[in-house]
Amino acid sequence: MKILGISAFYHDSAAALIDGGEIIAAAQEERFSRKKHDANFPTQAIRFCLEEGGCSLKELDVIAFYDKPFLKFERLLETYYGFAPKGVRSFIKSMPVWLNEKLFIKKKIFDELKKIESFDKKKIKLLFPEHHLSHAASAFYPSPFKKAAIITLDGVGEWATTSMCIGDGNGIKLLKEMHFPHSVGLLYSAFTYFLGFKVNSGEYKLMGLAPYGNPNSERVKEFIKIIKKKFITLYDDGSVWLEQKYFNYATGLEMTQNYAWEKLLKIKKRNPEDPLLQIHCDLAWAIQNITEEVVLKMAIHVQEVTGLKKLCLAGGVALNCVANGKLIEEKIFDEIYIQPAAGDAGGSLGSALASHYIYFEKERELNFPDAMKGSYLGNYFHSFEIEKFIKKQKAVAQKLDDEKLYQYLAEELSQGKIVGWFQGRMEFGPRALGARSILGDPRNSDMQKQLNLKIKYRESFRPFAPSVLEEDAHLYFEGIHQSPYMLQVHQVKGEHWEKIPENYSSLTMKEKLYEDRSVLPAITHVDFSARVQTVSRKTNPKYWDLLQAFKKKTGLGMLVNTSFNVRGEPIVCTPSDAYACFMNTEMDILVVENYLFLKSEQPEWHNRKKWEQQFELD
Amino acid sequence: MDTIKELFAFLMERKKFWLVPVILVLLFLGILLVIGGGSSAAPFIYTLF
Repeated sequence: MKILGISAFYHDSAAALIDGGEIIAAAQEERFSRKKHDANFPTQAIRFCLEEGGCSLKELDVIAFYDKPFLKFERLLETYYGFAPKGVRSFIKSMPVWLNEKLFIKKKIFDELKKIESFDKKKIKLLFPEHHLSHAASAFYPSPFKKAAIITLDGVGEWATTSMCIGDGNGIKLLKEMHFPHSVGLLYSAFTYFLGFKVNSGEYKLMGLAPYGNPNSERVKEFIKIIKKKFITLYDDGSVWLEQKYFNYATGLEMTQNYAWEKLLKIKKRNPEDPLLQIHCDLAWAIQNITEEVVLKMAIHVQEVTGLKKLCLAGGVALNCVANGKLIEEKIFDEIYIQPAAGDAGGSLGSALASHYIYFEKERELNFPDAMKGSYLGNYFHSFEIEKFIKKQKAVAQKLDDEKLYQYLAEELSQGKIVGWFQGRMEFGPRALGARSILGDPRNSDMQKQLNLKIKYRESFRPFAPSVLEEDAHLYFEGIHQSPYMLQVHQVKGEHWEKIPENYSSLTMKEKLYEDRSVLPAITHVDFSARVQTVSRKTNPKYWDLLQAFKKKTGLGMLVNTSFNVRGEPIVCTPSDAYACFMNTEMDILVVENYLFLKSEQPEWHNRKKWEQQFELD
Repeated sequence: MDTIKELFAFLMERKKFWLVPVILVLLFLGILLVIGGGSSAAPFIYTLF
C-alpha cells in the first residue's frame, strides 16, 4: 500500500512517501525551489518521492493532506465573528486567498498533481487527517514505542494548538486539546516578533539569544512577573490562557499590541535591524523560561493522567531543544522520542502514516532505534552525476578513496579549515545531520565568529552545535544517552569548563560572547549548553568514519556541525547548490561524496552578487 | 459546487447551524472582495496561513 503525504499552502511544504508503512522518501519543497519555508504546492518534492519509490501517481492508494481545510475555515469565520467589528482589514486580506484557493483545496491538489502527470482523479482517494493528528502520527508511528503518551505543540492547526494523546499499537486516542487563540507556539512567536525577528523562522534566534539574559537580574524577574500576571494565565496541566487584549494575531496583521507591550514591559518593540541590547536578551530569557515551565507542566500532567513512562513529541514547539533538554533532565519519562521534522513539513509524513495505521487499520511493527532511517530520506547523487556537474561547471576536483579523504580532511580541519560536507541522502527536517553540513574544529576559539560572519553571514551571537561519536558523547556532555537528531541540549561537563569570572552572569552579551567558556569554545553556548548530535556508525557510517579520523588526529571525536547554507538560504540540495555556496563564502574545502574541491584550485567565480540577492534575510 | 455542498455537509456534521447565515454573509462579502480584485497573496500572520 503506497501513500503520499503532503503538507502545503501555509509554510514548509513537503511530501513524504510510505509503502506498506515503511518510510521510503520525504523532502521539503524549499530544498528544490530554493525559497526558504516555501509554502507552494510541493511539486518537486512529490516528483522526487515518486521517483525514489519507483511509482507513478496512478499507483498510489491514497494521497493524504496534513490538515482539514474546512475546519480551519470554520475557525477563521468564528474568530472574525467573535472579534467583530475588529479584524476587518485582516478579513479583507484573507478572504480572497480562501475563496480563490484554500477552500477548494481538493481541486487545487488535483490541478497541481496534473502538472506532474495525468491520472484519473476518480481513482485517487484523498484523505484529510487533522493537523495535530498528523503531528502526533509523525512522532508516534516511527518511534520505537508500542505504547506512549504523545504531546503535540505548535502555533495553530485547525482549532487545536496543543494536544495530548495516547498512542497504542496502531491507534492514537485523543485525551485533550487546547484551542486557538490560546497557544504556546503563538505566545513564543509573539515574543519573536516583538524582539524584531521573523515569525516562523526567527524562533531559533530567540532561543539562541535567551542564554545571554541574566537570570539573576531584577529585570528578568520583573518580565516574568508581568508576563504571568498580565499576558497569560498558566494552569497546572500546562494549558495557557492568552489575554487577547495584549495580542493582535487573531484578527490583526501583527502578532502583538505593541503599545500595550511597550508600556507594560518598558521596552520599545525592536525593529529587525536595531542593535541587540541586554534588555532584549533578558526578555528572551524570560519567555524561554516560561515556555520551559509550560512544557514541563504538560509533561507532568500527561504522565500523571496516562501513567505511561514513554513520551513522543511533535509540532513546531518540539523543535525548542532547550525545553526538550530540560524535559529529559527532569526524568518525568524514562524515554522521549521527538520527530526530527517536528514542524509542519513533518505533517506530510504524519498524514501518510495516520492514513496507513488509522484509516486502513494496518498492523504496526516496531523499528529500532526508530523508523526514520536517521532522517536521511531525501535525494542523493551518483558518481556519474557528480562528474557531469564538475565537467559542466569546469570545477577542479579529485576523487579520493574513503581512508585518504578522511585523513586529509581530519588534518585540514585540525588546522582550522572549514569544510562543506555533502554525503548521501539529504536530511528531512530543519537540522543538518551530516549529509548537508558545514564542519569545523570545536577546539578553535575563533570558529564561532568565523562561521557566523564569514561563512553563514548571520548574527554573531548565534551558537553552533557539535556532532560527536555516539560512543564518546558521555565524555563531554551531562546526562546524554542518544541525540541523533540534534533536538536536545545538554550541559558541557564541568571538567571541560574554563575558569570564568565570578560576575559571569551579569556580563553583557558581547562580554559573554568573547569569553572562552570551555576547551570546546566553538560549541559551548554562553550558558555552557550544547545542542548535541550523536553520530552512529549504523545510520551514517561515512560521517562516523570522518569523526573517527578526526579523533585519531586530535584525540577528540567531535566536530562543529552547522547546516550547509547561508543566512536566508535553504540547506543545499544538489552538488550545484553546494558548489555555489562554497564559492560564495570563505569556506576552504568542499567534499561531495568522494570528490574533493579545494578553494585555491577553483576557476574564478563571477556569480557572487547575483547569488547574494537571491536570498531574503531570515 | 462540490466544495460548497461538502462545506454545508461539514457544518451539518459539526452541528454548527448558527454558522450558516454567518457563512452566507461572509461568503457574499468575500465574493465581493474577490470580484473587487482583492489580492490573493497571503498576509504574513501565522494564523491566517
